Amino acid sequence: MSIDENTAARVAKLARIKVEDDALPALAADFNRILGFIEQLNEVDVEGVEPMTSVTPMRLKRREDQVTDGHQQAQVLANAPDAREGFFAVPKVVE
Amino acid sequence: MADLNKLTLADARDALKKGETTSVELTEACLKAIDAADALNAFVHKTPEIAMERARAADARLAEGDAPAMCGLPIGIKDLFCTRGVPSQAASGILEGFRPEYESTVSQNLIDAGAVMLGKLNMDEFAMGSSNETSVYGNAVNPWRRGNDEAALTPGGSSGGSASAVAADLCLAATGTDTGGSIRQPAAFTGIVGIKPTYGRCSRWGIIAFASSLDQAGPMTKTVRDAAIMLEAMCSSDAKDSTSTDLPVPNFEALLTGDIRGKKIGIPREYRIDGTPEEIEKIWSDGAAMLKDAGAEIVDISLPHTKYALPAYYVIAPAEASSNLARYDGVRYGHRAKLAQGDGITEMYEKTRAEGFGDEVQRRVMIGTYVLSAGFYDAYYNRARKVRTLIKKDFEDAFAQGVDAILTPATPSSAFGLGEMAEADPVQMYLNDVFTVTVNLAGLPGISVPAGLDKQGLPLGLQLIGKPWDEGDLLNIAASLEKSAGFVAKPAQWW
Repeated sequence: MSIDENTAARVAKLARIKVEDDALPALAADFNRILGFIEQLNEVDVEGVEPMTSVTPMRLKRREDQVTDGHQQAQVLANAPDAREGFFAVPKVVE
Repeated sequence: MADLNKLTLADARDALKKGETTSVELTEACLKAIDAADALNAFVHKTPEIAMERARAADARLAEGDAPAMCGLPIGIKDLFCTRGVPSQAASGILEGFRPEYESTVSQNLIDAGAVMLGKLNMDEFAMGSSNETSVYGNAVNPWRRGNDEAALTPGGSSGGSASAVAADLCLAATGTDTGGSIRQPAAFTGIVGIKPTYGRCSRWGIIAFASSLDQAGPMTKTVRDAAIMLEAMCSSDAKDSTSTDLPVPNFEALLTGDIRGKKIGIPREYRIDGTPEEIEKIWSDGAAMLKDAGAEIVDISLPHTKYALPAYYVIAPAEASSNLARYDGVRYGHRAKLAQGDGITEMYEKTRAEGFGDEVQRRVMIGTYVLSAGFYDAYYNRARKVRTLIKKDFEDAFAQGVDAILTPATPSSAFGLGEMAEADPVQMYLNDVFTVTVNLAGLPGISVPAGLDKQGLPLGLQLIGKPWDEGDLLNIAASLEKSAGFVAKPAQWW
């Protein structure tokens, strides 16, 4: 499996990270080295093995479905780069 | 008392109880040491006002005879922990200016135990790295040097600032976190003790997430006894982390009996790796001999899937990271890129993340995105999770044979020079975690204990791996090893 520049550009897009065109060859090369290392996993016989979902045998906890928190608008917005009138502000999303 | 900052937690606690010193004096000594150690770049956000306020409160509690376990003891907190009102940015540019409105469960537990926070500690960005070279704050520096050679060495990573600060006596102890070795490797590189407890022992709530199925917090301390004291203070059952255990937290310190007679210690043959320096092989066999002399039985064991742990980790950890780090979108906190005329929300996301994340974080987020993408999910991610099941089973089989703990080297080398790996490809850096990463994949407790110096005069560590939830037994075996190894060396002060 070899990653070309088009694939690297597609992955960057999926990850929502802007990568300039001139940086794509080096990125693709890095991907290929890392994926080459990962390829070793193909040597392992995993027939009939369950993929791990939880490292400790535990059932996820449940709780009553009731409100335990809230009414903290100021704290929620305190770290926003742009907050207006009690909301997060972002560039126009819908034309 | 002289050199209060050089005390262990246990000695400082006892001195406080006897009234031989005060928390204010201890804290002032540490703050002075911190201000004189900017060359180490370990403390990246100093909080002297908070420290003095908590020290005075601790002294009042001590005077009233109402002192909890860590009352008045000054410590450092890794930048990965959210601390209310204090910068908490995971050493990343994308969390520039972020001051949490809340406190992580672990740091709150430490506050409740009376500990005094001195400030926030340097680390690799989002805990991704093994040398502290991916930090937005710049490199943390190891207080140890190769004899008279002035070349700056790495304190390891990702908890590099924590390791450097404890080794240089800037604080009595520090918190760390460990996803693939990030407590144990830096502890080994700086001659201190670091324990990663069983997955689920410490709440992850309020710790900035890297790979949620692997991340665990733990203490980094000067002695095994201190690790026992601080681990107990950090652990709790927490409704805010559904993976935190409901098992009671033992009094770990009380379990340090020093008696390890009849314990069965496994030596895994797969950890003999080509290219491991002879000195590390020797310190490993010396460690086994010490445990044997203390009455333990040494047995050879096999962990057949060891070789596949790192490649499995480099699928699972980036996959979880790509999901966890999706939250850094420039909307709710941290950095937002300046936009050009006509830029929409997609450009905002892409520019913000390109500017805010460093190279290694970007690389791992994209690798994670790739292995989770349509058509590759089964081939990479599901296969890695199956291999993880097999790695865990290797350990279960060893424990089923009656093995109480497993002894391995902590790292494949001693501390290397900052910048020395700059030209190496990313995989070379990943090999640092070859002995530690299996433990995270299996969710087990692991501890690094300083065991000796190499011929360059740098510390080397040994790792003990324990049974799930049996940190008490693990700490007791580690204390025996610590006593036999008799490691007392300290770095010569040059900073």
